[in-house]
Parts: sequence; structure tokens; C-alpha cells
Amino acid sequence: MSEKPFLQLKNISKTFPGVKALDKVQLEILPGEVHALVGENGAGKSTLIKILSGVEKPDPGAEILIDGHPVNIRQPLDANQQGIAVIYQDFSLFPNLTVAENISFGKEISQGRRLVNWNENRETATKTLEELGIELDLHLPLERLPVAKQQLVAIARALAFKARLIIMDEPTSSLSRGEVENLFNIIRSLTQKGIAILFVSHRLQELFTIADRFTVLRDGKYIGTYRKEELNEERLISLMVGRKIDFVRQSRSSRGPVLLEVKSITKKGHFKDISFTLHRGEILGLTGLVGAGRTEVAQALFGLTVPEEGEIILEGVKVNIRSPEEAMGLGIAYIPEGRQREGLVLRQPVAQNISVTMLRKLRSKLGLLDAESERRLVEEYMEALDIRPRLPQMLAMQLSGGNQQKVVLAKWLATRPKILIIDEPTNGIDVGAKAEIHKLLRRLAEEGMGIIMISSELPEILAVSDRILVMRRGRLVGEFTSEEATQEKIMNRAFMGAPAGLRPKRGLQGDRG
Amino acid sequence: MSRTSKERVLLYVFVGLFALMSLISPNKFLSPGNLQSMATQLPELGLISLGMMVVILTGGIDLSITYTAALSGIVGALVLSAGYTGGAGEAAAGLLIMKALLAILVTAGLCGSLNGFLVSYVGVSPILVTLGTMTLFEGISLWLTKGGAVSGFPEEFQWIGNGYVGFVPVPILIFAVFAVITAILLERTPWGRSVYMFGCNPVATYFSGINTKKTVMWVYLYAALLAAAAAIIMISRYNSAKVDYGSSYLLQSVAIVVLGGTDIAGGYGKVVGTVIAVGIIQVLSSGLNLIGINRFIVDVTMGALLIGVLLLNYFIGKGSLGKGVKKDAQKANTAL
Repeated sequence: MSEKPFLQLKNISKTFPGVKALDKVQLEILPGEVHALVGENGAGKSTLIKILSGVEKPDPGAEILIDGHPVNIRQPLDANQQGIAVIYQDFSLFPNLTVAENISFGKEISQGRRLVNWNENRETATKTLEELGIELDLHLPLERLPVAKQQLVAIARALAFKARLIIMDEPTSSLSRGEVENLFNIIRSLTQKGIAILFVSHRLQELFTIADRFTVLRDGKYIGTYRKEELNEERLISLMVGRKIDFVRQSRSSRGPVLLEVKSITKKGHFKDISFTLHRGEILGLTGLVGAGRTEVAQALFGLTVPEEGEIILEGVKVNIRSPEEAMGLGIAYIPEGRQREGLVLRQPVAQNISVTMLRKLRSKLGLLDAESERRLVEEYMEALDIRPRLPQMLAMQLSGGNQQKVVLAKWLATRPKILIIDEPTNGIDVGAKAEIHKLLRRLAEEGMGIIMISSELPEILAVSDRILVMRRGRLVGEFTSEEATQEKIMNRAFMGAPAGLRPKRGLQGDRG
Repeated sequence: MSRTSKERVLLYVFVGLFALMSLISPNKFLSPGNLQSMATQLPELGLISLGMMVVILTGGIDLSITYTAALSGIVGALVLSAGYTGGAGEAAAGLLIMKALLAILVTAGLCGSLNGFLVSYVGVSPILVTLGTMTLFEGISLWLTKGGAVSGFPEEFQWIGNGYVGFVPVPILIFAVFAVITAILLERTPWGRSVYMFGCNPVATYFSGINTKKTVMWVYLYAALLAAAAAIIMISRYNSAKVDYGSSYLLQSVAIVVLGGTDIAGGYGKVVGTVIAVGIIQVLSSGLNLIGINRFIVDVTMGALLIGVLLLNYFIGKGSLGKGVKKDAQKANTAL
């Protein structure tokens, strides 16, 4: 790490109509460092990244210096030419093009080429991948690669046009543990080449593993820049939220009678021989590595996939669930992980997003929607879940992540479900809203709902669940009560566990992991 | 909200054009004859455009809509001409007309169901399905008529296309009724709400417990119903039915829907926008004809107007709508 900064931002403000998204923010990035940009949702991280990458222009008075010289970044191409690359959460790659084309595309554009030179493309791609020490089939269309590999392609693309700063927005949110480890190794090798990384993530543990320095934003204001040694998780959180937050274990509610019984359901290629029960008033944590089949099991309960074998018994009655509509009719709600794609209709107002599950019940005698009942329903749930701002006609896309999640919760709570399945409930949500959602889940359980919570975040699983199931490669490989569970035990099962039937008969409960 | 201004812009364009035509040629354009003839011509295109709009709201398109109208019109015409012996009693004619109307509705219903079934339950993309059924319906129509016109209807039937209630032509009344019904269905019913939600994001809509297949099925069925209404007016007005009646309406209707502010990717669009857009096109084509401008120049003007309004909407929308708005509109079928 050398001492002369590669990039300096000074006095960056950005005003949107009615909102000051950034207020005199600064940022300094040294060559070869991993710099974490942290803050709650809405703190201004995304806006700052957009300014850096030329998507948004800062208010007048801003200064951007590269190698000590002032520069103007007016469009994404300028940022590229200054050696700044952004890897967004969705990578912004071209799924239908090949690996080689994806890697060399950015370079061609930034050089202002008019024709494609295929040989050179291949060479660039080969060389870049070698530099990164990864092997990929150059001719494979990108969409055929798993997510983690696509991310590597995005990194390679940044490298191909000689990026000196790579900005990564939530790069680990869809990766498994091993893949995260792999990504970190690549990041370390990049920093040795003098490339700086600006890392945005909500996963604080990971940040402490990889980052050298932290810049904290809060409500659009610059709070400070700290070396890793000066911080610990607790202090970082209090800097981010401006108050102390306890990530305490929730108190447990007493569990009621059996609500749902799943008997050895199987879907080839996704999950096999899954059996468990869910009680009233219980939060059942379902964890495991990404790709272990957790979401697929949840989707089978919601009618999105139909198991080939096995039985689902709801309150003592065997049920066949073939569509979300049927699941809803049975009192099952599912809140998917892909909030923006599967959970919400972003281009429609909040009100429409909340009432969508209740359309039939909002009909008047003539079969028309009763506007007054709809308004009351929407208000009731916006109030109950404290969705802000309290503007039913605002488009869902304009809300912060935490509030968007509350809208999805609202539309399902409105159906008064018996079972709530929630997949990665706090993914990409800031710390304050996380605690709020955890409390809400507990309150719902206390009111008698049965909740299945899927999560990759072990602290979350441990803090919220009454009972924990662990899946690995489509099988159920462990069950713990909240008292006996620890991160180590769960990880051990998730990485190496064998399904119950294949182990010596010791029962699931007494497992020593 | 800024979104409503799309329709307002259209209204200004309509009023402006109407005033302009009236100024240029007050005697001809504002004559009762011309106003009535415009009111008679507009409904066929208007009904087809409404049908097209409902389909486009889901992110689909119905290329078969004009041949749905042609085929159902021909079936109705065959029923009418076969049963018509000339000079029969009024009651007999009434019964015959009822039979013909029923035949038209059933035929259109079958056409729409076929489209809807293939799009929603089989999951083929709308443009392919309706391209196929377009050819199919055209083929059946040709086979039924051998390419000629079917004519010879009871006189009473002609009232639908040529009659008046007071001084208002019957077709425009039919159009008004269907426009109101369509607006109510889209904006005030669970089905309509699902249509918009599906158009924006089919996956999230399906994940919300909406039966999206059924929703889409009804969309194509409803479009066919509107085509049937257009067919009834059409065969009555011409007093005959022929394969190519109305076939020029296909692309015009798509243009009108887009002109009317409907998002071609689905999810946004209003009945009032489409209705004003039909009015604009009608005023323009009648007006230019009256002034005696060459038919080809009329087409050029229409094209230019369409592009002009699109540009206007683009510049108005640019300020208010965020980028990445379209991101979630990764279209149809994914949930099916």
C-alpha cells in the first residue's frame, strides 16, 4: 500500500428533488487497498458510487482528483477511461454473449473501437483470466455459468480495461461460503498488483476479513474513515446507525400444536427425502449453503414446484399444492429472496403492491374493487409495519430496501396466513431495519403463526429461530434446538453433514456435529 | 402525478388538430355530414384498438385481431344470408339477427380462446401465437368465402352500422359503451388490476397468488370480444362481409395504442389515451382528405405525428421517470 492516494473525492453533494442524498462527503482511496464503504440503506452509498461511475453528476463545488489531478466524470465511459470499474450486484454483463466477448467488451468500448477484432478479443480474455489465475471456457455463453463464475468474468472485464479501482456492490450476497473465500483470494491478488477495491456490503463479518479501511456514511453525511484496527463490529454498527443496537437473541415463544407436517418429499435434482414438522408459534430456521435446496423446498410448500414423492400435511389434512393461488388459499405465504424481481412490482405504487393478494376480498357486490376498503387496508398495514414514507401512491421502486421488504410482508400479512415462509428476510437491508424485521417475526410467532425462515446468515438464524434445520446438497443433514446450536455446529453440518438415514442410528437431536 | 400528463398532451393535440382543421376548412370539416361520417368510421378502428391495448398491457400483442374480426364477421354473414329469404316478417328477421350475433360472438370467442390458451397455458410467445392464428383465421375465412363477399342481409341489420339514435350514429354509441366497459374492467376490477401488475412483472404477480394464466386467457378472450363488436359494425355498414375488411386496421391499431400512451412493454396504458388517439387519427385522415391532400401525404403526416407524440412523451417522461425503470419488465412468459 503506497501513501499517495489514487482517488480523492472532496465536498461531494448531491441533491435530488426534495432530498439531499449526499452532503459534503469525502472519500480517499489508496492504491492497492480494500476500502469498505458502509452505512445503512439510504445513507448515500449507492449515490456516491453512481457519481464515481459517471451515472449521476454531483452538485457544483465537488472535486474529484485522480493521482492528484482534478478530473471530470460526466458519463460511465469517462470513469472507465480513468480506470474506475463498477461491478453491480447483477454484474451488468451480457448473458447471451460468450465469456470472451464479455471480458473484452469494456476494453473495446473504452478504446472507441468501431469494429470487433475477434482474435484480439480472445487474446485479451485469455491473458486476463490467466492473470487472475482462473480457468473458464471462453466460448461458453455467460448465462450457462454459475453466479460465482459470472462474477469472476465481471472482474476480468474490469481488469481487461486496466481498471485501477474496482467498485464491488454487495459482491457476496449470492455466493456460498467457499465462493466468498475464493473471491477474497482474488481480491487479495488484485491488491498486490496495486489495484484498489471499494467494497460495499452489509455483511460486516466479511468486511472485517477483507477490508483495510472503512468509510462510514450516515444519512448522506460523512462520518469518518477508520483503519480496521480502530474498529470492531459493535463500534462500526454504532457509527453507522448513530446509536447502539443489541443483536440480542429474541425471547422464545411457547410452541403450539403441529401445523405442518412434511413427509419425505422429493424432487429430482433439487431435494430428496425431506421430512420435518412446523408448530404453531414456532420460528423454524432453515439454513445451509446457497444451492443446498432450501429455496426449492420452500417453493414446494408454496406450489411453485410440485414434489414427485412424499406428502404435505397441513393441520392433519393431506394437501396438494400446485400453484401460489392454492397455497394462498390454504393460508401459506411465501416471501421470496428476490425482493425486486419476485416480491414486488416495482413500477406500481405501494398501495397496489399491498392489495394485490387481497383483490378478491376487496370486491363490492357488483364485483368491482371497493376503493374505500382498499385504501383502509393499505393504510392499516403501512401503519402497522411502519412503512416510510407513508405515501401509498409512491412507486415501490422508490422505497429503500427495508421498506420494500415491509411492503412484501404487508401484502402477505394482509392474507392472515397460518404459515409464513420467508427467504433471506434481511438480505441487503440495513442494520436498523433488520432488527425491526426480526422483532416482527417474533411477534407474529407469538400470535400463533408458524414461520419458516431461510437464511444464510448464521447470526440471524441463531438469533431468531426456535429450531434450526440444516440442508446440504438437497438433503436434510441436521436439526438443532436453539439452545444447542452454535455457528460451528451448523457450519460443520452444512459443509460435511450426511443425511439422517445414512448415518449410524443416533437420531437427529443428539447430534454432536 | 406526471404520468397523467401523457393523456393530457394527447388531448391538447386532439383539440389543436380539430381546431386547425376547422379553421382551414370550416364549411366542409364542421359540416354535420362530415362529423357524422367520422363518427361512423371511427368505432371499428377504435374497438380493435381497445382490444389491442388490453393485450399490449400484458406485454403481448394480438396480430390476429383483425382476422378474428373478419372471420367472425363472415360466419355471422353466412348465418344472415343463409336465413334471409327476403321480405320475411319483422320477428323472423329479429330472430335471424340474434342468431347471427350469437354466431359472431361464439366464433370470436373460439378465436380468442385459442390465442389465450396457446399464450398462457402452453407458453408460446404472443407474437408467434397470433402470427400463426392470424394466418389460420385468414385461411378459414378464404375457405368459407372463396375470396368473395358474403351479402344479402335483412334490412333491419343495417341499422347497427348505418342507423342513428337522434342525430348520433349507432356505431359511435356502441364504441362509447365498450370504451366505458373496458375502462371499468381495467381500473375497477381484480382482473384489470392483475392485467397491469402482470404487464409490469409477471413473476411477482404470479408469486402474489394471482392466477396469471387465467388472467392472460381472459385478456385474449376480451380482445376477441371487442373484435367481434367491430365485426358486427363492419359487416352491417358494408352490408356484406369479406376477408380483407378491416385488415388495414392491424398496424394502425398498434400505432394508435402506442400513440395513446400505452407502454409497448406492458404495464401502463389508459382507455382514455387510446380513445383520444383514435380521435386524432380520424380527425387527421378525414380532415386531410377533405382538404384534398394526396392519400400518400396523409400517411406521411400520420407517421410524422406518431413519431412526434412519442418524442414529446419521451421528453416529458425523461424528467420524471428514473432510469432502470424497465429493468423489472423482463417480459412475459417467465412465470408461465
